[in-house]
Amino acid sequence: MALLEIKNLSVHFGSEKSPMIAVDGLDLNVEQGEVLGIVGESGSGKSVTSLALMGLIDAPGRVSADVLKFDGRDLLRMPVRERRAMLGRDIAMIFQDPGTTLNPCFTVENHLVETLAVHEGGSRKALRARALELLQQVEIPDPSRRLEAYPHQLSGGMSQRVMIALAIACNPRLLIADEPTTALDVTVQAQVLDLLLRLHRERGMGLMLITHDLGVIAETAQRVVVMYAGQVMEIGTVPEIFTRPQHPYTAALMSALPENNVGRQRLQTIAGVVPGAYDRPRGCLLAPRCTYAEDRCHTERPALNRAAHGAVRCFFPLAAASAPASAANATPT
Amino acid sequence: MTDTPQLLQVEALAKHYPVSTGFFKPRALVRALDGVSFQLDAGKTLAVVGESGCGKTTLARQITMIETPTAGLMRLDGTDIASASAETLKRMRPQVQMVFQNPYASLNPRKRIGSILEEPLIIHTTLSPAGRGEKARAMMARVGLRPEHYGRYPHMFSGGQRQRIAIARALMTDPKLVVADEPVSALDVSIQAQVLNLLMDLQQETGVAYIFVSHNLAVVEHIADEVLVMYLGRVVEQGPKRMIFDSPRHPYTQALLSATPRVDVVQRKARFIARGELPSPLDPPPGCAFHRRCPHTIDRCKQQVPELRMIGSHLAACHRAEEI
Repeated sequence: MALLEIKNLSVHFGSEKSPMIAVDGLDLNVEQGEVLGIVGESGSGKSVTSLALMGLIDAPGRVSADVLKFDGRDLLRMPVRERRAMLGRDIAMIFQDPGTTLNPCFTVENHLVETLAVHEGGSRKALRARALELLQQVEIPDPSRRLEAYPHQLSGGMSQRVMIALAIACNPRLLIADEPTTALDVTVQAQVLDLLLRLHRERGMGLMLITHDLGVIAETAQRVVVMYAGQVMEIGTVPEIFTRPQHPYTAALMSALPENNVGRQRLQTIAGVVPGAYDRPRGCLLAPRCTYAEDRCHTERPALNRAAHGAVRCFFPLAAASAPASAANATPT
Repeated sequence: MTDTPQLLQVEALAKHYPVSTGFFKPRALVRALDGVSFQLDAGKTLAVVGESGCGKTTLARQITMIETPTAGLMRLDGTDIASASAETLKRMRPQVQMVFQNPYASLNPRKRIGSILEEPLIIHTTLSPAGRGEKARAMMARVGLRPEHYGRYPHMFSGGQRQRIAIARALMTDPKLVVADEPVSALDVSIQAQVLNLLMDLQQETGVAYIFVSHNLAVVEHIADEVLVMYLGRVVEQGPKRMIFDSPRHPYTQALLSATPRVDVVQRKARFIARGELPSPLDPPPGCAFHRRCPHTIDRCKQQVPELRMIGSHLAACHRAEEI
């Protein structure tokens, strides 16, 4: 049984009549102890998906889904109290910018002890000991001194480690990391990713890693979900997606990377921009930017079709043989 | 464009900032930039690589003549700009323009694109309003903006288009050098490729030289001719791009290269992760600034600051560069 099962998740904002569709019919499974990468450009709905899972979408945002099950239990129909107890304990989340997610008025110890007290409880002394242990697990040097520190006294990497300590405080089964390393320098990013993967291995927890960086996904995840303008475009295993992408969007993203253009004067680009909330095309969302688009793509929206290794939302998926480099639109900017 | 070799010459450039550490405590000195030297030819691109706090931005602020360096030499096109008079600086400033990292913050939200582009001309030229408008429209066409964008406000544009506006503004005074401080790090992959292509096209058309500040090594590998790797205010490795990427000599450069996530399995280097984080510039470690994070540290590294010296084909500042 999948750890997390999502069917037809949609998140709408704005008026009922012409809603802004941030996430559009998302189907997704996270297996037990798996690292699932979600990749997409800004506006693709990857962060909104994670916020919806954590119940953090406030009115006027509307979340709907056919199935939203964690560990076999229905998150949509469970009492609010139960759901609140579960979020933060069984499903935990790390946010992008560690500088703004820690409360500047409280010390690291306050943060950790509060989380532990809410979900687990215990004597003050026991909680403090547990907080210290957590800081050791996330490899913060001199942990007993750091317990007294305020967020402004910590560097970016250190703050992100504290965030990770907070997230794993109650031994979650699923950890959602939304751009956990985007605000960090590369050498620190490598350390934080290593830490996340080590915790994932040691505790067997599922890890949902949301990022815009294809390199990070390639090095850490087992399966990838590629999102574009609120829809899943392609799902597949890491080696498959990176060597034989089937969706033109995945292929074009890959060939826009500087590292796939070594020796070329110009980078290959994807013409145009991601469609805005109110100017979504009628047919396939990618059609106006896709080199392979045919008449059908402009009028009809493709469904997410199960393929051999995953799923792909395209009428004309790229043949397995075609190299990713040939798939890009080489139009000058 | 004249094909002057050595557009910019920088020698032993230093910038120190005094900072207050407390009311009764003596002022401390942050050596944000400590003895940086390089040359840049017209029409070439120098990439400055390093993590936050390494002095990249301080270097940009000296070269754009926003600040006066503490010590050292800077010559732009033969004219000294490190210790020049205010008048000379004013005359030289249009030659060096800047593109900033975040296009959401660098454009005035209350000005139309037209007046954003014309402002440098009002300051630096005596063109008539009609002449300015004409120049602005011509520049918009060159960076791929449409004529109707002239009267619009920045909030009506996407990130990639805003960065095009910022690039257009930088080129309005026909500069010989553009300092671009992380110009694509706030953009999505597909947009990043468009903007990088634009920068390279403009370089071919106008012969402008770039100082390209970035932490993204994949981008640097694509766009740079020369690379300068900085750590805590000092240059740790310097040389032609291919040399730096193919045979990095300094452990910090090696750490940066191996920490950069790669899509291609073949290109992925064996992970060597530098321990810890950048030390505080207020209290830099003695000896080599990298020694607390370096796996190759010997006693000498803890005492003696390594000088930048020729190792093989390019410059590196490491005592053990031959062995590693």
